[in-house]
Amino acid sequence: MSLRGAAHIVGIHEYPDRKIEGKTLAQLHAEVARAALDDAGLTKADVDAYFTDSVAPGLGPMSMIDYLGLDVRHAESTDTGGASYLMHVSHAAQAIRAGKCDVALITFAGMPRSGQGTPLPTMSSTPESSFELPYRVTVPAQYALAARRHMHEFGTTPEQLAWIKVAASHHAQHNPHAMLREVVTVADVVNSRMVADPLHLLDCCVVSDGAGAIIVARPEIARSLKRPGVRLRGAGEAVKTLKGGRVDLTTTAAARSGPIAFAEAGVTPADIKYASIYDSFTITVLLQLEDLGFCAKGRGGAFVADGNLISGIGKLPFNTDGGGLCNNHPNNRGGATKIFEAVRQLRGEAHPAVQVANCDLALVQATGAMLTTRHSSATLVLEAV
Amino acid sequence: MDVDFKPAAPARNPETAPFWDAARDGRLLIKRCNACGEAFFYPRALCPFCLSATSWLEASGEGTIYSYTAVPTRDGAYIVALVTLAEGPTMMTNILAPDPQAVAIGQAVRVRFIPTTGDDALPVFVPA
Ligand SMILES: [Zn+2]
Repeated sequence: MSLRGAAHIVGIHEYPDRKIEGKTLAQLHAEVARAALDDAGLTKADVDAYFTDSVAPGLGPMSMIDYLGLDVRHAESTDTGGASYLMHVSHAAQAIRAGKCDVALITFAGMPRSGQGTPLPTMSSTPESSFELPYRVTVPAQYALAARRHMHEFGTTPEQLAWIKVAASHHAQHNPHAMLREVVTVADVVNSRMVADPLHLLDCCVVSDGAGAIIVARPEIARSLKRPGVRLRGAGEAVKTLKGGRVDLTTTAAARSGPIAFAEAGVTPADIKYASIYDSFTITVLLQLEDLGFCAKGRGGAFVADGNLISGIGKLPFNTDGGGLCNNHPNNRGGATKIFEAVRQLRGEAHPAVQVANCDLALVQATGAMLTTRHSSATLVLEAV
Repeated sequence: MDVDFKPAAPARNPETAPFWDAARDGRLLIKRCNACGEAFFYPRALCPFCLSATSWLEASGEGTIYSYTAVPTRDGAYIVALVTLAEGPTMMTNILAPDPQAVAIGQAVRVRFIPTTGDDALPVFVPA
């Protein structure tokens, strides 16, 4: 069962605020669901499938299905961290193609800055916890271990990593909702304080509240709607772990999910006009670009340097909303925002200063959980129709 | 390591109690599969490669640094590292080094056990 053309993304909504006060998580789920349905031109009564993450209030998807007043015949709460929402789109397309549903609603919300929702996955109950937690492995440290190893094997420099933040900041200056709108330089990044050597403060993404929703629909339904069409062309998933101690930190699970998605889509990295790449840290972007085949393994540093990721300047415009590095990172999970900006690009609705000309094919890539110890990856190839 | 830091006591369970008992005696145990012979870490009852029964194996305590990061604190910095043991598996750990700047990938290190906030000891590594 190929997912090529199985479903369309027909509606999106990204909550505009980066710090949210005076609202409950459940209320946010409902507000973004309503707005995404309005965007699609559908109503709640059209929804017969629901997807959310483990941060949503209640057991799996159950409480939110109740709160939202949904009547569904397919429900799921796959949680693989930041990549969850890409998997939700892929799984919705699978269910649609299998005839199990017609219109899927995906919602998420989190308020780490306001103390609602799980700020970070807790590791205390996991089998590995006693062999990792006592060593104070912070989240940046997980990514710094990979960055250090990449520098050792391939000669990647802090300045090359910094270019990823510089490119994101060039895009964020045009986004009125972005947390960091000031354009930064390579020097700004490498001179910011060290968080986990070799990663500096400006190598890290922002921490933000946020919420959003995505509507995935059967192609026949999508064609009856007025908004520009965005069709799923390919999808891939993978999970990578420490593998009993056979550690390889220079390759992510994107090396597996990417080829699956490209093969299903029948396209290559050279065909991609715009890429949303999950950017928890600068190194996360570099590793995924290599693993997806945008450049050879080890050549990511040279690939991202000199503005190659800046829209209108470089060969591969990425994260034109400013990404997690500058715009937002709702609930420490950046996957859904990557879908939003890819959909805007394919609809021709990105900010004019960053809109990619003739953007008919886009890639969405996310990793989830912790890069060094165990992480997920999901890749989507989307096309304008 | 930063001054006066004591790592959190590990949570013991039936699968890992022998590991922590040995750590109190200054011995580093890893696991080896009875069927496929692969050594692995972190310890668990069944082999992650073939799900067969496993036995404990006393490691030499020698290894090399696969990667590391210095995390700044108010008192200085502590080093999180992945150390590849002589027996093969790579494990998460801390490096205790008088000069964090001198730590390097490929450096030879040796296990040492330090007190935790509980009764158990935690394996960390020092330059060999
Ligand atoms: Zn085995």
